[in-house]
Amino acid sequence: MKYVDEFRNSKRVLKIADSIKAITPHKSINIMEVCGTHTQNFHRFGLAKLLPKNIRFISGPGCPICVSSQRYIDTAIILSRRKDIIILTFGDMLRIPGSSSSLEKERAEGANVSIVYSPLEALTIAKINPDRKIIFLGIGFETTAPAIALSIIAAKKARIKNIFFLTSLKLVLPVMRYLLLDKRLKLDAFLCPGHVSAIIGTKGYEFIAKKYKIPCCVTGFEPLDILEGIYLILKQIRSNKPEVANQYTRVVTKTGNLKAKRIISRVFKKSSADWRGFGNIYNSGLKIRTEFSLFDAEKVFPNSLAAFTLESTKGCLCGDVLKGLINPDNCPLFGKACTPDNPVGPCMVSNEGACNAYFRYR
Amino acid sequence: MRSLRMCLGIPMKVRKINGDFAEVESGRLLRTINIQMLSGLKTGDYVLVHVGFAIQKVDPQRAKETLRLVDEPRTF
Repeated sequence: MKYVDEFRNSKRVLKIADSIKAITPHKSINIMEVCGTHTQNFHRFGLAKLLPKNIRFISGPGCPICVSSQRYIDTAIILSRRKDIIILTFGDMLRIPGSSSSLEKERAEGANVSIVYSPLEALTIAKINPDRKIIFLGIGFETTAPAIALSIIAAKKARIKNIFFLTSLKLVLPVMRYLLLDKRLKLDAFLCPGHVSAIIGTKGYEFIAKKYKIPCCVTGFEPLDILEGIYLILKQIRSNKPEVANQYTRVVTKTGNLKAKRIISRVFKKSSADWRGFGNIYNSGLKIRTEFSLFDAEKVFPNSLAAFTLESTKGCLCGDVLKGLINPDNCPLFGKACTPDNPVGPCMVSNEGACNAYFRYR
Repeated sequence: MRSLRMCLGIPMKVRKINGDFAEVESGRLLRTINIQMLSGLKTGDYVLVHVGFAIQKVDPQRAKETLRLVDEPRTF
């Protein structure tokens, strides 16, 4: 078993789609898929066509590039203008519009900005460019946080003096709690993110089922996984017994990856964080601990931090899309002024952004 | 394309372990990844790879169980 084809088998997929049809109640059901990779795969594999029309999927805030604050992007742009700095980042970040520029535009003007696959590459690049300051843009959720943490530990151990991390790491549970308190949303269930849960486990979601009576299912990313996750949610809705189901048992346990969690807390501490569309949410992010502050770009380059700016540019409704209040095609810019080739907001830039997935696969 | 889907994890097979690192494969794709987040990894295990790090082992028994549940007849 290679864990891909078996979970894309069309016979199985159609069989689950039939089971879903058999148990879907005749009322409108709103399911939020929290993770951007779910959004992307849901559209990429055309799963919407297999499901009853009364199930509505709402894309959640699980696209890290989309929820990064304007201030974070502006700071990266300011730093990229310094001749002594090399910016390293994951791909999608390049085209995110800042207040007045983007990393892609700065690169065209001569800034040194490169795309890397792994934060570990940043360490190698730092070693071969001792006269340059290397800044890695560390964005992501709990899935990515331990990778960034291990890279920071490795940099300290190897005594690399010219590498710095500008981080915008976010936590899924606090933002889910925030969404539950928004009465406009009328959520019936959460499809919980499989790879965040590989790290944090299923236990952390229990308050959602217990206190808010909202069914949850931790779900994998192949078509079979996603449909089975929806089936397990509908079963809960039908029996009116909310719980945290785990569809992705081959990867996710109740307590998650304890070693990874320990690595995260060794390097980071919880702190409030700014989310596009949401504002500041208490204890929803991770900041680098003081013992690693030599690697913290915010501490090392305090004069390059951008000022706080309002995010809504030119009628962009990314904030409402991220909160699940509107579908991407409800935005007046969607598909007209804002397309993947010429994006106005981050939700259209990132592969995982809801607007991008809607545009490409609908 | 080196664009990243943020929480994307690819199941890859461990070919060789070298301290904190391992050589892994998926089809013709070969990579060296960091395995510090996992313990007790063996050659032949499948791991989920995210931004150059193995974030979790894939459990073959559980995977079979998931498929078995799907393949079973369902009554409503």
